[in-house]
Amino acid sequence: MEHHLILRVVTRLLVAPILLYGLYVQWHGDYGPGGGFQAGVIFAVAFILYGIVFNLRTLREMIPDRLVHVLLAFGVLLYSGVGVVSMFNGGTFLDYDPLFADRIDGQHYGILMIEFGVGVTVFGVMMAIYYSFAGRPPSIDDKDW
Amino acid sequence: MELAATLFLFFALVATAISVALVRSLFAVVMLSGVFSLLAALLFIVMDAVDVAFTEAAVGAGISSVLMLGTIALTARNEKKPERYSLVPLAIVTLTGAMLIYGTLDMPLFGDPTAPVHTHVGAQFIERSPADIDVPNLVTAVLGSYRGFDTLGEVVVVFAAGIGVVLLIGGTVTRRRRRR
Repeated sequence: MEHHLILRVVTRLLVAPILLYGLYVQWHGDYGPGGGFQAGVIFAVAFILYGIVFNLRTLREMIPDRLVHVLLAFGVLLYSGVGVVSMFNGGTFLDYDPLFADRIDGQHYGILMIEFGVGVTVFGVMMAIYYSFAGRPPSIDDKDW
Repeated sequence: MELAATLFLFFALVATAISVALVRSLFAVVMLSGVFSLLAALLFIVMDAVDVAFTEAAVGAGISSVLMLGTIALTARNEKKPERYSLVPLAIVTLTGAMLIYGTLDMPLFGDPTAPVHTHVGAQFIERSPADIDVPNLVTAVLGSYRGFDTLGEVVVVFAAGIGVVLLIGGTVTRRRRRR
């Protein structure tokens, strides 16, 4: 993609707004449409776009495979961790009421935390799958597309 | 107006699906399936299912296209021409389609207030959610709190899918067993 000047310029302009939008979707899921699943995908799309238009090597240095694998597992751990914390606080698994002194606060933060867990895992999985596909030597030449 | 939009979207969906079946260039097929997803997302918006539409647009049109393109880059650009045309697949598809349409005949009409889905727990969620959870987006309240366990299951499925892909074609295993 070295020779596609327009794509490179547009990508440079787009990556930051996409990341910002991903964050908005993540943390605003309680109030509008969206949540962890969509946010994780949108956040990953920004990096994948960068990887496609610029190069995969820089992207892999920026977000190493190891980090992606850790994130992919961390989200699930965070999600189930919230459930375990509410068990320690005297509730049942994934019942957010006992997380905080105020029941409604518990629900709000509980949902925020599990949505973050969802987002992190989805982001990690999308990046990991993209790395797996794009990291292999392609059998079609760049010009043959 | 809404009826016209719905009809247009459905016709466009069918047209896209037929062209996906006819086109031989796999690159065009991927782009058309992206179009299909966007049309489906619009249809979900007409049905007031904004969250679903959002997911369809992000996952169906966004990530899926990228992954399909990645797959094409690893395999081939054009579909192989079949050696001979057989009527069996067409018969199977027609039969399945007819059965699906027959199945929908028994379903309640779209937006029917007496449909089981609106009279069972759904009504309770709508009624109790402001006092129980107090989150403006009811979808988030149901997915995150009332159905939190199911969502955990979904996340685990996504996690398992990711791990599976990494293990199968990831090729990131750098640690090798030390030779004795």
